[in-house]
Amino acid sequence: MEFQTHSSPHTSRPNRVDKVMLQVVMALIPGTIALVFYFGWGVLLNVILAVASATAFEALVMKLRKRPVLPPLFDLSAVVTALLFAVAIPPLLPWWLVVLGMAFAIIMVKQMYGGLGYNPFNPAMAAYVLLLISYPVEMTSWLPPQLLVEQSLSLGEILSFKFAGTLPVDLTLDAITMATPLDEMRTKLDLNQMISEIRTSPLWGDFGGQGWEWVGNWFLMGGIWMVYKRTITWQIPLAFLTGLVGMATLFWLFDPESFPFPLFHVFSGGAILGAFFIATDPVTASTTRAGQLIYGAAIGVLVYIIRTWGGYPDAVAFAVLLMNMAAPTIDYYTRPRVYGHGGAKNG
Amino acid sequence: MAETGFRNIITDGLWSNNQALVALLGLCPLLAVTNTAINGLGLGLATTAVLVSSNATVSLIRNFVRPEVRLPVFVMVIASFVTAIELGMNAYFHELHKILGIFIPLIVTNCAIIGRAEAFASKNNLQRSLVDGLSIGIGFTLVLVTLGGMRELVGQGTLFDQAHLMFGEVARGMTLKIENFPGMLIAILPPGAFIGLGLLIMVKNLIDKRVVAKAATQTETSEGAAGVTT
Repeated sequence: MEFQTHSSPHTSRPNRVDKVMLQVVMALIPGTIALVFYFGWGVLLNVILAVASATAFEALVMKLRKRPVLPPLFDLSAVVTALLFAVAIPPLLPWWLVVLGMAFAIIMVKQMYGGLGYNPFNPAMAAYVLLLISYPVEMTSWLPPQLLVEQSLSLGEILSFKFAGTLPVDLTLDAITMATPLDEMRTKLDLNQMISEIRTSPLWGDFGGQGWEWVGNWFLMGGIWMVYKRTITWQIPLAFLTGLVGMATLFWLFDPESFPFPLFHVFSGGAILGAFFIATDPVTASTTRAGQLIYGAAIGVLVYIIRTWGGYPDAVAFAVLLMNMAAPTIDYYTRPRVYGHGGAKNG
Repeated sequence: MAETGFRNIITDGLWSNNQALVALLGLCPLLAVTNTAINGLGLGLATTAVLVSSNATVSLIRNFVRPEVRLPVFVMVIASFVTAIELGMNAYFHELHKILGIFIPLIVTNCAIIGRAEAFASKNNLQRSLVDGLSIGIGFTLVLVTLGGMRELVGQGTLFDQAHLMFGEVARGMTLKIENFPGMLIAILPPGAFIGLGLLIMVKNLIDKRVVAKAATQTETSEGAAGVTT
């Protein structure tokens, strides 16, 4: 939709849903390629499967609602949901869990509330949480980055595992999967090990886990490009990362051997992806500028709290869903003053 | 108050004023114990028993209770019946009683019960109050069993699991099980109760809408004949 103005400024930027969504998809590409590079073909299969099933469910619901089927397919919002979901789930997740997650995201979380623009919760994160709560074993078995394994699964072997659940005879699932760096850090810390001791394992890179930190880096590139293109505002990512780093620094200074250093938190798990791509979802996030700062910072703080003292290794999905719930209230209390109504506070 | 027939009281209780789906009363036990159909049935029947007896008693004493003290009196009546039923269940369905735990004594706080005492039994005679208590109770039980069955089926792939707690050892064969079903844990956990109840309400509203639409087309076709009935 284009809004034409009759008075200045006359330069305008067409602000259309499909353009914005296309920019998000493009910004996600470098990080996704990095994921495929470090974790194998499973990631790409997840992307294909998620995009195909999300599109199919979207079309199905539009048909059932007796609405035109094509416009919501071409606005790419279902594709963005599917992509965000696909890069968050483990590469070896069985195919039916991917389809189930997308069915829940599109049908229950998005369309039952009225479709794009009406959903109070982020569909991709709701689907992720549904699967994480229901199938914790499948959802926490990640592959180790390919730099660390001698032989990785071939495309055919991955296909047969994802669709039929069978592995090559000499391999077991436990042998090829491992915990994520965040998970690893938690388990070791629970065993009262020192962080300097934990980090001697080859799993670790400079900041986060091997491979993981580079995936985070590429997502960061995409995110900064989106801020530059004004696809998203800078408030939410900055506040998110400030909240997370602030909390992490506080506890790290207090005891650097039991609380990981701040950059570890930024480059592990879904922090970068969450800050730039998930928390900034224009439908479910806070909309006022001041509200976005509060919203982002609260997510960052919650991520740290849930990661450190909660029951699950990563927390971005839970933190985002919790703050989705709070977003309308934040907006209510941070409404900008309408010109001419209500006195200005100073002079 | 306009005298409504028994038929209306029954359809009100079972469908159009269903305490769980329309009035949304008694949600605490409804959401908490419906992780299996049998748990739902147990709590539903206990609630029905309390409703019928409290409705009957309140109706009998309605002319002797001063309006200023009616609520404490109703609460006393309900609490006595709940205590009796709790002791009874502890004696005869001990295992089920252990599973339902605190939710049996908590029937006393089920707003549906005091709601019916105040809104219906204190204004109607014994027979009508009995029918009302029974139909409201059965309506509530049906929702509990349906929700419990749904959550059980999706969550662990069984139906009428642990039926022997309710009907004795012969009922062990009643349990249906889908083999090799992975189960979706969230349905058993609290969020599943909210999602399931939401879906049930959706289905009820959908059916109501269809019925209204059907009635509208029927009156259109038989225009002028006897279309005054609403």
